[in-house]
Amino acid sequence: MTVVALVVGAALAVACVVLVALPFLREPRARNDRLARPDELEQRRLALAEERDRSLEALKELEFDHRTGKISDDDYRELVGPLRRRAAEALRALDLRAEHTVEAPTPDQAQARG
Amino acid sequence: MPDLGRAALVTSFLLLVYALVVGSFAAWKGRKRLAVSAQNALLASFAATLVAAVVLFAALARHDFSFQYVADHTSRELPLGYTLTAFWGGQEGSLLLWLLVLTGYAVVAVLTGRRAGRDVLAWVVPVLGLVGTFFSLLLVFVASPFSTQAAAADGAGLNPSLQNPYMAIHPPMLYLGYVGLTIPFAFAMGALLARRTDERWIVATRRWTLAAWAFLGVGQLLGAHWAYVEIGWGGYYAWDPVENAALMPWLAATAFLHSVMIQEKRGMLKVWNVLLVVLAFGLSLFGTFLTRSGIIQSIHSFTQSSIGPWFLGFICLITAGSLVLIFARLPLLRTKTRLESLVSREATFLYNNLLLVALALTILWGVVYPILSEAFTGQAASVSKPYYNFFLKSFGLPLLILMGIGPLVAWRRASLRALGRTFLWPLAVSIGAGAGLLALGAGSSLIGVIAYTFAVFVLASIALEFARGTSARKALGDTGWLEAFSSLVARNRRRYGGYVVHASVVLLAIGITGSSLYGTTREARLRPGQSMTVADHRLVFRGYETTLESNHRSIRALVDVYRGEKYLGRYKPGKNQYFAEDQVSNEVSIRHDLLTGGDLFLIADQVNSDGSIDLKALQEPLVNLIWFAGLVFVGGALIALWPDAREQRRLAERYAGATVRV
Repeated sequence: MTVVALVVGAALAVACVVLVALPFLREPRARNDRLARPDELEQRRLALAEERDRSLEALKELEFDHRTGKISDDDYRELVGPLRRRAAEALRALDLRAEHTVEAPTPDQAQARG
Repeated sequence: MPDLGRAALVTSFLLLVYALVVGSFAAWKGRKRLAVSAQNALLASFAATLVAAVVLFAALARHDFSFQYVADHTSRELPLGYTLTAFWGGQEGSLLLWLLVLTGYAVVAVLTGRRAGRDVLAWVVPVLGLVGTFFSLLLVFVASPFSTQAAAADGAGLNPSLQNPYMAIHPPMLYLGYVGLTIPFAFAMGALLARRTDERWIVATRRWTLAAWAFLGVGQLLGAHWAYVEIGWGGYYAWDPVENAALMPWLAATAFLHSVMIQEKRGMLKVWNVLLVVLAFGLSLFGTFLTRSGIIQSIHSFTQSSIGPWFLGFICLITAGSLVLIFARLPLLRTKTRLESLVSREATFLYNNLLLVALALTILWGVVYPILSEAFTGQAASVSKPYYNFFLKSFGLPLLILMGIGPLVAWRRASLRALGRTFLWPLAVSIGAGAGLLALGAGSSLIGVIAYTFAVFVLASIALEFARGTSARKALGDTGWLEAFSSLVARNRRRYGGYVVHASVVLLAIGITGSSLYGTTREARLRPGQSMTVADHRLVFRGYETTLESNHRSIRALVDVYRGEKYLGRYKPGKNQYFAEDQVSNEVSIRHDLLTGGDLFLIADQVNSDGSIDLKALQEPLVNLIWFAGLVFVGGALIALWPDAREQRRLAERYAGATVRV
C-alpha cells in the first residue's frame, strides 16, 4: 500500500507541476504575453450592444404585455416611441463603429485567433 | 495511506496559494502565460483534492481505524452506505467535501467562463484561489481528516440521527448550494477588480446562481423531510440556527435572482446586485461557520472546535474586502436609469427584494443574538419560535401576495384600467375561495384564511399568465394550443420556469399553513387493548415487538388505526437502541393519506417497563404538499436552467461583436 501511495503521490506532484508550467513549456518565448483587456472603444461597443439588446428585448416585452392586456393602448403608444428610438440609436452607433473598425478585431477576437 | 491523503491536501493547498498569489500578479500586470498557469493550478488543485477524498473514502470503506476520523465516526457494524456517508458526517470530512466541490466547480467555471472576458477570468482565478486557500489551510493545519492514532478495535459509530438514507443526499445538496454561491461571488469580484461595467459576469454566472439556489432549496426541503421522518417530534422545521443558516443565503440568492433581471432589462441596481451576491456568499460562509464551529448547540453542530476563530476572521476579511472594493468602484456602477413608476414589474421586484433581505436579516439577528448576548453578558438568551413566526408572517404573507401581483403588472408602468383588467379574475377567484373557506370552518385561524386566499390569488394569476401567453402565441401564428404553449415556455424559459417555481412556493405555503395552523395533537398513556382518538382516527395499542439488528435493537409499539369502523392498517412507532453509539433514537410511524394530502404521525414518546406506552399522535393536514412542492420546484428550476439556443446565439453575437439583423 505504501508503494502505491508513493507512486500515486509522485505522479500527482509531477502532473501538477507540468500542468502549472504548461503555458511556459508551450511558449518559452511568447511573442505576445499581454492579457487581452478591452480598451475604451471596446467597452463602449459592449455597452452599446447591451443597450441594443436591452431595447429590443424591452420592445418585445412591451408588445407581449400589450397583447396580453397588461399595457393599455395609451401607455403602449407612449412607451413604444422612446424604446424604438433607443434601439435605433444603439444600432446606428454600432453600425458606424463596425464600419470604422471592420479590419480591427476586438482584443478577445485577436486572442482567440492566437 | 494517510500520508498520501496529507500529501494530496498539501499539494492542493500549495496550488491554491499559487492560484491566489500568481493569479493576482498576472491579472494585475496583465501577463497572459502567468494567468493561464494560475488557471491550471486551480484545475490541478481539483485533482489533488480528489485524491485526498478517495483516500478518505477508501479508509472509511476498509474500516481503517488508524484514521482518527474513521474511528470517531464509524464502527464495524455500521452498514456500508452509512459508513461512506460518514465522509461528511464529521467536521474534517465535511470541510474536505467543501474543498472538493469548490475546486470541482472552479474547474467548470474556468473552462466555461470565457464569456465573462479573459481579463475578468484572470481575476476570478485568484478570488477562487483565496476561498480555496482558506479551506485547504484549515484541512492541512487545523482540522485534518488524516490524523492518525493506534488502530482501535472498533470505532465510536455514527450519530443515530445521521443513520438515515437522507444522509446520502441532504448534506451534498446543501454543499452544492453553499459552495455554488462562491462562483457568482468570484465573477462579481472579478468584474469589479477588472473595472468592467458590462454585464458579462452576470451572463457567465446566470446558470451558476440558479443551480446553486436550486440545490440549496432542494437540500433544505430534503433536510426538512429528514427531520420529519427521523427526529421524531412531528415537525419539519424548528428554526434551528443551522436550518436558518441554509435559509438565509437562499433568501439572499432569491432576492438576487429577481433583482438581476432588473439590471439585465433596465440596467438598474448594479450596486444592489453586487451587494446581494456578497451577502449570499457571506451568509453561505456564515452557515458553514455555524455548523462547523460548534458555537451553537444544534443537532447539526459538531463538537466545539478550534476552527471558529479562523472562520470568523475569514468572513470578516471577505466582507470587508468586498465592501471596500464595491466602494472603490462606485463611480463605475452608478447608472442614470431610474424607476419610472411605483406600479410596475420592476417595482414589485424591488419590494420583493426588500422583503426577502429584511426576512434574511431578521433571521440572522435571531441566530446571532444568543451568541452576542452570551459573549457580552455571559448569559445565553434564546430566540424562540414566536420571534421567527412573527417575522415569517410579517414578511412572508406580503411576499406571497407579491408573487401573484408581479406577473400581472407590466414592465415600466401600468395604468389603473390595465390593472383592473388583469387583476379581475385572480381577485374574484381568490375572494370566492376565501369566502368558501370561511363557510367551511377554516376561520379558526385568520392567518390561515389569509394565507390560503393569497395562495389562490397567486395560483390564479400564474394560470392566467400561462393562458394569456398561450393565447397571444396562438394569435401570432402557432397552429395548435399545445404548440403555442410549448413555444411560449421555450421562448422565455426563465420567466415561465420562474412561474412554476412560484407555484411550488404556493404549494409549500399551503402545506405549512395546513399542517401548522390546522393540525391536531393528542397524547395518552395506553395499556395493551386501550385506545385513543385523534381527529377522525381511532388508535388501538396492541403491545410491543422487538427485533435485533446488526448495530441496534429495535422495539416497536403495534398500533392499529381505524377511521370509524374501517381498519386502515397497523403502524409501528418505537425506538432503536444503538450499541456502539450507546444512544437511543425515536422511530416514528406515519400514515400518508394521498387523497387529502395529510398525515397521521405517531410517536412512541415513552416505552414503559409496565408494558404501557406514552403515545403521541398528530393529525397534519396538507403536509404532503410541502414535499410535492419540492418536485414542482425541481421542475421549475430545470425549465429555467434548460439551455436556450436562441438566447445563446444572441449572446454570442453580442460578445463576438457582430451586428444583428433587425
